[in-house]
Amino acid sequence: MAGILELTVAEAAAQIAATELSAEEYFDAWREAAAGDDLNAYLFHVEHPVDHQAMDGPLGGIPVAVKDIFCTEGTPTTAGSRILEGYRPPYTATAVRRLDAAGARVLGKTNMDEFAMGSSNENSAYGPVLNPWDRGRVPGGSSGGSAAAVAGGLAPCAIGTDTGGSIRQPASLCGIVGLKPTYGAISRYGMIAFASSLDQCGPFTRDVTDAALLLAAMEGRDPCDSTSVGIEGGILAPSREDLGGLRFGVPSDLAGAGFDAGVREVFEATLKWIEDLGGELAEVALPSAEHGISAYYVIAPAEASSNLARYDGVRYGVRAGGDGDLLQMYETTRSQGFGTEVKRRIMLGTYALSSGYYDAYYGQAQKVRTRIAEDFKAAFEKVDFVVTPTSPSVAFELGEKTADPLSMYLNDFFTVPMSLAGIPAISIPAGLAEPEGGGRQLPVGFQIAAPAFAEQKLLEASYALEQAIGFDAKPVGSDG
Amino acid sequence: MAELEAVIGLEIHVQLATKTKMFCGCELSFGDEPNVHTCPVCLAHPGVLPVVNEQAILYALQIAAALGCEVAPRSIFHRKNYFYPDSPKAYQISQYDTPIAGAGRLGDVRIHRAHLEEDAAKMIHAGESGRIHGSSASLVDFNRGGTPLVEIVTEPDLRGAAEAAEWARLLRETVRQLGVSDVNMEEGSLRVDANVSVRPAGTETLGTKTELKNMNSFRFLQRGVEAELERQRRLIESGGEVEQETLHFDPQSGSLTSLRSKEEAHDYRYFPEPDLVAIAPTEEMARTARESLPELPAARIERYVGEGLARDVAAVLAADPETAAYFEQVSTDVSGVEPKVVANWVTGELAAALRAAGGGTAAESKVTPAALAELITLVARKTISHGSGKTVLAALVEEGGDAQVIVEREGLAMGDDDGDLESIVAAAIAADPAAAEQIKAGNGKAIGSIVGAVMRETSGRADGGDVNRLIRAQLGL
Ligand SMILES: [Zn+2]
Repeated sequence: MAGILELTVAEAAAQIAATELSAEEYFDAWREAAAGDDLNAYLFHVEHPVDHQAMDGPLGGIPVAVKDIFCTEGTPTTAGSRILEGYRPPYTATAVRRLDAAGARVLGKTNMDEFAMGSSNENSAYGPVLNPWDRGRVPGGSSGGSAAAVAGGLAPCAIGTDTGGSIRQPASLCGIVGLKPTYGAISRYGMIAFASSLDQCGPFTRDVTDAALLLAAMEGRDPCDSTSVGIEGGILAPSREDLGGLRFGVPSDLAGAGFDAGVREVFEATLKWIEDLGGELAEVALPSAEHGISAYYVIAPAEASSNLARYDGVRYGVRAGGDGDLLQMYETTRSQGFGTEVKRRIMLGTYALSSGYYDAYYGQAQKVRTRIAEDFKAAFEKVDFVVTPTSPSVAFELGEKTADPLSMYLNDFFTVPMSLAGIPAISIPAGLAEPEGGGRQLPVGFQIAAPAFAEQKLLEASYALEQAIGFDAKPVGSDG
Repeated sequence: MAELEAVIGLEIHVQLATKTKMFCGCELSFGDEPNVHTCPVCLAHPGVLPVVNEQAILYALQIAAALGCEVAPRSIFHRKNYFYPDSPKAYQISQYDTPIAGAGRLGDVRIHRAHLEEDAAKMIHAGESGRIHGSSASLVDFNRGGTPLVEIVTEPDLRGAAEAAEWARLLRETVRQLGVSDVNMEEGSLRVDANVSVRPAGTETLGTKTELKNMNSFRFLQRGVEAELERQRRLIESGGEVEQETLHFDPQSGSLTSLRSKEEAHDYRYFPEPDLVAIAPTEEMARTARESLPELPAARIERYVGEGLARDVAAVLAADPETAAYFEQVSTDVSGVEPKVVANWVTGELAAALRAAGGGTAAESKVTPAALAELITLVARKTISHGSGKTVLAALVEEGGDAQVIVEREGLAMGDDDGDLESIVAAAIAADPAAAEQIKAGNGKAIGSIVGAVMRETSGRADGGDVNRLIRAQLGL
């Protein structure tokens, strides 16, 4: 049985299509694996029988772990929050429908930081997710459950959402591939909103080819999302083996950024690989990127304060208190339903949008955002890609940063600028490094960012690099 | 103290009669069972996104064209955040600093702006009063939630309550004739708020204004504004100051109650709606909107006045497009009759005859434009008297048909066989010398008995004007 779980999505799909592998058998094997979840990666496992008929398509028969931020009709959807406990949506998110149309089936709903607010998955109302590489450490966040499920052998692939790094950072900390496509590549319809102008859906996979497969199935303009446009020409499986003629920009400002020595080592070794494959390295300036975190932590909470206002106990989800008093019902429902970090961001965002403060905070942050987008635009005149470490550190210990929100926010230092610019970025596993305080070796991710809608090019370069690096380390897991 | 002049601006919410809601595919409805026209989008389920109704944009462009507003090349939506059960997202998608339509004008009143937004759901407060105070429970009907609205804001150009109501009527007719809204105030498809202030006549600075909410008829609008103007004048004349607040006018008691003061005003935390892209109407869309405009009441009134009609008569005819069309058809069908005379027949004799017969409009009546035109021509040519004309009109209202046929059937023509009118008049004067003396002495009323005698003699076929003239001539006046 272990054999079929070793297959990549592309391999399994090919075998199922060739009837060398039964879709039913494959799905059940994964269902069994997922049921053995000892990472708290899943919030809900599919129990109902899966329709194995009509599983035709490029992902025919492939089980997908879906972040619990995607609405799935009739299936619990909580966004990691108490306030949506018991909520079963009356409709299904477009991204999930598209996967379904490609033949894939939902395996379960994965744990996450509440409303996608967090970088460690410790903000879930349903308990933290454990990192399969070291169960004393976080898997990253906010899509921690999806990343841990794929890395921990609980799902062949998963989807998540990335607002400021919520796909790339957990992919990096869990040693798998995580792709945040261009804003607008995949429909946001049915994806519970955190920060609408930043949220984007993307895949978690074992390799770059599988990421391309999932992206190909999900991308596209959706009449239900006015901001969606899709990717012109679609996405094909990548096949490039060298990086000849491609220029990779390394931000000059990176030198000043604080990151672990082990992460630096892996990063520099990866740059060496790029050169070995014929790629060229160049220094690029992203002078406004250092203000990315500040701008992000104004814009995202501002939008969140408005997006989360609908959880008022009136129509669905949890309702608490307020016998005959509307205001008291609102207050009790929301104070009991939301966790600390969510409340913190609602407060921050409400303040930033308040009359008299709007220009100084929200207005200013939008200006910074425009500057960062311009920085990238200028950089892409000179280079094809911008590369950075995905995260300043390897996976940190559970509880290590919970008391200090600012140090937690700094985890997004390398990922937030791309989110603000709306451009695609991928994290691929590039090596292992020892944590600063010592301990077993943990994965380090390498981030590659490309111009808007240049996903195919991004995947080709990532594929070539992936083949060269040949990262094949696996979590030692419970048996190690 | 100088006289206090009224300064009034209006904010009008027009519900658009699109097929579906502003941001989802739910059908618009009125009076259906509660909460049947709902979906995840208009109930604000997690994860849903709005999609703009294109028809609503076209309708807004038509309103903009009718009001002569500049159309913004690029306008965006904002979120207006507030907590209330009638707003399921806890924000209303509206337009803030970049509305679809800018400055314009209707009649004498300048338009400040017009923008697109969505309507709130309907709250039903269970209890005796039907209002929130004293109710035992509040229910929400989301059928109305998400209905497309255009909010039209005027400059403070109105100078009296009656003027405000009159202008609001013109606006309603204008929007109604565009066919973009039912504009029914009782059903709430047209809602008018008034911003009211006073200032010493001749000064330019605006006084502190109050906002009167949701008056559901033009009569209540006028009475509400009158009451508020009166309150403000009395307050200022007694040395007080107007406070900025929002008021509710109760038409039953005629009283004004404060809904909220300036201090209680919301901070709506407006910010650009990230779920929607900008509205950028193409030049072609704007042109289509302009070209699809019917002739609107304001323009029609001017045209009629240019044709010699009195302004009040022109306004009555122009208000209703069917009546206007009827009038214009009759004007085309008559020969040798001024439009002014036709207008007087339509708004005077015909309206009276219809009222006497139980009501209805000219266009709906049995009196065809051709029949009325023939009748007016017969009277103008003095083939029949004006009085006979009324008789014929009554018959046309009753049974329809042809004016000439009725004239012949009833024998109403003033032909040669009526005998010599002059000799009939002479005989009537001779028969009533007392009346003749009184007329000569200057008592104009006395002429009535001699006219009556002539009319009896001619069975009413004689023309009243001619008879009067002959009596006076024969008496040497
Ligand atoms: Zn709806």
